Amino acid sequence: MQDLSPSSSRDPLLKVENLVVEYSVGGRIIHAVSGVSLEVARGETLGLVGESGCGKSTLGRAVLQLRRAVSGRVLFDGHDLTAMQGDALRKMRRRVQLIFQDPIASLNPRRRIGDIVAEPLVIAGVADPAKRQELVSEVLSAVGLDPGLVAGRLPHEFSGGQCQRICIARALVLNPEFIICDEPVSALDVSIRAQILNLLEDMKSRFGLTLLFIAHDLAVVKAVSDRVAVMYLGRLCEVGPSEQLFAHPAHPYTALLIEAIPVPDPDVRPAESVPVGEPPSPMAPPSGCRFRTRCPRADQRCRDEVPELRPVAPDQYVACHHPLIAAG
Amino acid sequence: MNQSALLSVEDVSVDLPTPRGNLRAVDRVDLTVGAGRTLGVVGESGCGKTMLSRAVLQLLPKKAKLSGRVMFDGQDLVRLDPERLRKLRGRSLAVVFQDPMTSLNPVLTIGTQLIETLQEHLELDSQAAKARSVELLAAVGIPAPEQRLTQYPHQLSGGMRQRVAIAIALSCEPKLLIADEPTTALDVTIQAQILDLLAREQRRRHMAMILITHDLGVVAGRTDEVAVMYAGRVVERAPTAALFKNMHMPYTEALLAAIPKIDAAPHTPLPAISGRPPDPTRPIQGCSFSPRCRYAAGPCHREKPALTATESADHQYACFHPIQLAAGVDA
Repeated sequence: MQDLSPSSSRDPLLKVENLVVEYSVGGRIIHAVSGVSLEVARGETLGLVGESGCGKSTLGRAVLQLRRAVSGRVLFDGHDLTAMQGDALRKMRRRVQLIFQDPIASLNPRRRIGDIVAEPLVIAGVADPAKRQELVSEVLSAVGLDPGLVAGRLPHEFSGGQCQRICIARALVLNPEFIICDEPVSALDVSIRAQILNLLEDMKSRFGLTLLFIAHDLAVVKAVSDRVAVMYLGRLCEVGPSEQLFAHPAHPYTALLIEAIPVPDPDVRPAESVPVGEPPSPMAPPSGCRFRTRCPRADQRCRDEVPELRPVAPDQYVACHHPLIAAG
Repeated sequence: MNQSALLSVEDVSVDLPTPRGNLRAVDRVDLTVGAGRTLGVVGESGCGKTMLSRAVLQLLPKKAKLSGRVMFDGQDLVRLDPERLRKLRGRSLAVVFQDPMTSLNPVLTIGTQLIETLQEHLELDSQAAKARSVELLAAVGIPAPEQRLTQYPHQLSGGMRQRVAIAIALSCEPKLLIADEPTTALDVTIQAQILDLLAREQRRRHMAMILITHDLGVVAGRTDEVAVMYAGRVVERAPTAALFKNMHMPYTEALLAAIPKIDAAPHTPLPAISGRPPDPTRPIQGCSFSPRCRYAAGPCHREKPALTATESADHQYACFHPIQLAAGVDA
């Protein structure tokens, strides 16, 4: 459709074009992702934020083709993943890995840590057990675990934070270029969360990774992302450099999300809540702008016309008829 | 302070037998909450904050051993007979849990659950109870309350369910509401709405509240006093403003520092707390935070620091090397 390339000057490793993903539940269609386009440059971390049910996890899965798109394309390093099947796709997936929210649930409770982390190597056809063990030891040390102590143990012997380290090791063992982190710290305590965020940052620079960091917590996303994309009910509201987006949000929804973050300072009185209600069902998204039912600025135009993403500031794009900052 | 307290937890310990030995979930905790006041209890998973709230509610697991006193409105809940305790709970002592699905009955309509509570505790007739239910649902911000009465919990969103749970908790005008991580399962925008709702209803009803959370950001603007828990103990306790201005306990400081700041530049490394909380079945000699504490030295590894106060009686801390004291910071 339109050519919107919110980073066309960079070298995109991942390019998502007009992606549409739908689920059918009991004969009704859930519009999970409705025409999303974005790019992630090589070496960049793109944060993807939004509330439950906005389609951010579905988007992550659709990139990996774990959920096939209805339409649109996913280009990874120039290759169209949506057109790939079988072996070709499997080969491509070695370069893209996924880390999930619940680290304990994503480890097989009956297998030893060494085998869990070696599994991707087995699938990738690394036949030599000594070579596998060497690679496993290397990544376990990289994520701050002692291979000699942990490789023979079972997942239940580890805390949530340590399990997330193991998941990160497993994602790194094939030496991927791109990692999709789907709420990687949401299930962790504050003190452990900081350790894992720091670890992800270390791993990124050490292994030259590109990250898509999906989360609902804006402060966490800002801590690790170069650019942030905000999603609402299956559509992108706003994309921009982290600092710019937080200092000058253009979309009323971005502003609402920033305002809702609890600030650990008693002198900052929490803003008495704006009458914002709850997101409507993705089975029957509102016409026009999907945020209009909660938006203080909504008018007839927002009801009739779907706002397209357009530039408001260098590198900052917003899909809103009445943005908070004027295009300049 | 004690004579005006609505709730006073006195030297309460909770022990749980486990296959790996005794687990001391709550270790000699003293706390008070005055009428109409809000106490924030902050700590990470496993620090004992939920067990403490269950001790107050007398809803501990059967095998748990409780010692100490829980004085509520002049009576010791630990020694109260079960029938009177049952009357008290839900009436003057109410609770909102993290997951509203655990407190709502999935096979009963919202109306039945609200009306039942009102009839049981307030002896209203069904007409009056129904009218009251509609009022309560409207008060907690539920649109079209009459229609909601006939709906089941699964037909509502997570935020709406939590509003219903709050409506039920508020229905009998409790004197004390315990909110145990009431917004942890909810999205950020809904979290702000629910916290506002609790604060508004609390002011209106002059109700006391204990807000239990792992997030210092949640307690900062919404409590009068904060107790920070670590490994079953209260390690720092102070009026909210004093605590944030002048924290003495290294754990409190580290917990605050570990939260990503919204005004920090991207890729700023976070001051993480190294290691993890101790195994509660294997008590640590000395201060339980000492293995992770950057100030720990000498006595920290041998003796348990007692909760003490130096500058002002209402700011207590359990530390041999309190921060921001030696420097003479004015609070």
